[in-house]
Amino acid sequence: MSIVVVGLSHKTAPVEVREKLSFPEATVADALKKLMTYEGIRECLILSTCNRVEIYTVVEESVKGTESIKQFISEYHNLSREALEKSLYIYPESQGVRHTFRVASSLDSLVVGEPQILGQLKDAFDFALKAKTTSTVMNKLLKKAIQVAKRVRTETRLAEGAVNISFAAVELARKIFGTLDEKTVMLLGAGEMAELAARHLLNNGVKTIMVANRTFERAVELANEFKGSAVRFEDFPAELVMADILICSTGAPNYVVKPEMVHKVMKERRHKPIFMIDISVPRNIDPATDKEDNVYLYNVDDLQGVVETNVQGRQQEAEKAEDIVRQEVETYLQWERSLDAVPTIVDLREKIEDMRKRELDKTLCQMNGISEDQRRAMDIMSQAIVNKILHAPLVVLKQAAANPEGGDVISIARKIFNLDRELKKPSHVHEKGFGSGTTVEEKK
Amino acid sequence: MNILFFYASIAVYVLAAAGYVAHFLKPDRKGLAGLSLFTSFVGFSLHFIYFAVRWSESGRIPVTNFFEAINALGLGIMMVFVIMELRYKVPALGSFMLPLVIILMLPAMLVSGRIEDLKPILKSGWLGVHTSLAVLGDAAFAFACIVSIMYLIQERQLKSKHLGAIFHRMPSLDIMDTISYKALTLGWPLYTLGMITGSIWANSAWGTYWSWDVKETWSLIVWLIYLVLLHLRTLGWRGRKMAYLSLAGFLFVMISFFVVSRMGVGKHSF
Repeated sequence: MSIVVVGLSHKTAPVEVREKLSFPEATVADALKKLMTYEGIRECLILSTCNRVEIYTVVEESVKGTESIKQFISEYHNLSREALEKSLYIYPESQGVRHTFRVASSLDSLVVGEPQILGQLKDAFDFALKAKTTSTVMNKLLKKAIQVAKRVRTETRLAEGAVNISFAAVELARKIFGTLDEKTVMLLGAGEMAELAARHLLNNGVKTIMVANRTFERAVELANEFKGSAVRFEDFPAELVMADILICSTGAPNYVVKPEMVHKVMKERRHKPIFMIDISVPRNIDPATDKEDNVYLYNVDDLQGVVETNVQGRQQEAEKAEDIVRQEVETYLQWERSLDAVPTIVDLREKIEDMRKRELDKTLCQMNGISEDQRRAMDIMSQAIVNKILHAPLVVLKQAAANPEGGDVISIARKIFNLDRELKKPSHVHEKGFGSGTTVEEKK
Repeated sequence: MNILFFYASIAVYVLAAAGYVAHFLKPDRKGLAGLSLFTSFVGFSLHFIYFAVRWSESGRIPVTNFFEAINALGLGIMMVFVIMELRYKVPALGSFMLPLVIILMLPAMLVSGRIEDLKPILKSGWLGVHTSLAVLGDAAFAFACIVSIMYLIQERQLKSKHLGAIFHRMPSLDIMDTISYKALTLGWPLYTLGMITGSIWANSAWGTYWSWDVKETWSLIVWLIYLVLLHLRTLGWRGRKMAYLSLAGFLFVMISFFVVSRMGVGKHSF
């Protein structure tokens, strides 16, 4: 049994590819169930955000499992395997654990330290829990990942003063408009990130906000929240004339904002500049719109450029965070080892055999003048005692190995016989391991 | 004696330029912008004193030969810059403007600063009015041109989405668009007045308002370019296209200044 993460992210694939492979929220449950029917997949979870599409799995065997996942992606999205291979990365076993922790801690994010990814990962976990596609290992992995993310947040300053897409948006808006006081924002569609960006702009001086949404009630609701005005979706092209900043995130499968529309709008607004932010995946603003003069269109990938210049100073904090991840991966792997009966049985045998030999040698040293036969007899006797004592525990452990719920028995056995060697931890590492049974989540 | 003021002003401009560039590279040094503006003002004052002393020594406004014309243009640009800087507080302008003013003044340092005798025909009260208006107009155009270049650099970075190190130090597009437009609305009326007074002067000196002299024709082209530009602006043109037009307009100003006036043909040669 091992963990495999297969996916693609802003680091390996442009938005054009990511949007083709994305799993919209509504389809995730169905996709999870389909994935479970593939060979060797025991547990799974799908994380699909605008920056990454990743499939987290617990498989029987990692090579075969990886094949199954790739098969699933290509069949689900109707894409050839060759097209996929280029942008997919595969993290088996300990690398998968490390990747999971890095993603949760926002170390792998477009904007390192941005807080949204943890929420997105939790949501993905919830979906998988509801779809009942996770079990012991995945649950532990995700709970641990959330815990690691929280550690990174409290023990490093990575998240401080950062810098997500919305910060980048504000920075760009400032470089286009100077002060934002007199500017008007239009929010087209509503996603978490779009709302966050809008809120940031409001905090930075923008006074007027218009909200357009396919469901008008939702638009009204949001408009009230922002003290802005609601616009019917059909009317947004006409109202766009008033907007200096457009934040687009409708979840529509095609382009909602088109070059001809924008050309007309620009004429009407006498070519005053307009800053368009397309947070949606798949994109909702036709990239050709950018060709229009005084239109500045940025999609999620483009915003990265703005952000990168901020990142250097946080390099040090990122390294601290990587250290935390490294330690936690080790703790996790130790727990994972405990899940498997075979190493536990081996460990137990070795440990007891070691004790027996040591004690036997000690005793024999003190007894002078006994014959070779007597020596052999004592050796045999001690072996017999050990075997008798170990017989019952080993039977139970072997049974546990065959039973998927046997993890508890194994970990108890490891604890009773003290089989886990102490991990070397720096002093500031907190001592709470898995055994304590409480995660930060549960304490709330 | 007076040339010392000239060199002193250039030296102070170099200091101010260094201050602005340092501020540009490290914008968190807040006091540097104010200090640089003050230094610029000191340089401008020295420059102006030089101008005034030369005026009183020669007994006429010093805008009558190549050296004096460049000198006056530099002085004009500095004046526009100091006014704009006080009004809009965009220190990043300084790190472009001052080095360029210094570069512009270099040819003036190379040619002779000797006070020459004035051709009798030029001795007139109109000389001061006509030339100072025209030079101030040119200075405003030069200012607008430099801001337009900055605009185009910034606009290209925003469009290409490759934001270089310079990006975060540059002013916003909006303020640059506004400032260059303001400079043009200041420059064009001055330039127009310069042409009108020149025309009146020509009538009193040569008996004709307009004689299609090379310089006159060229100035008319410049005047028309900026007229078209301002008209298009009222139609809603802005941003990149305006910046390119402003660049084109100033190219013609430069040709008028450095080529046409130096060709030695027509009545404006000096």
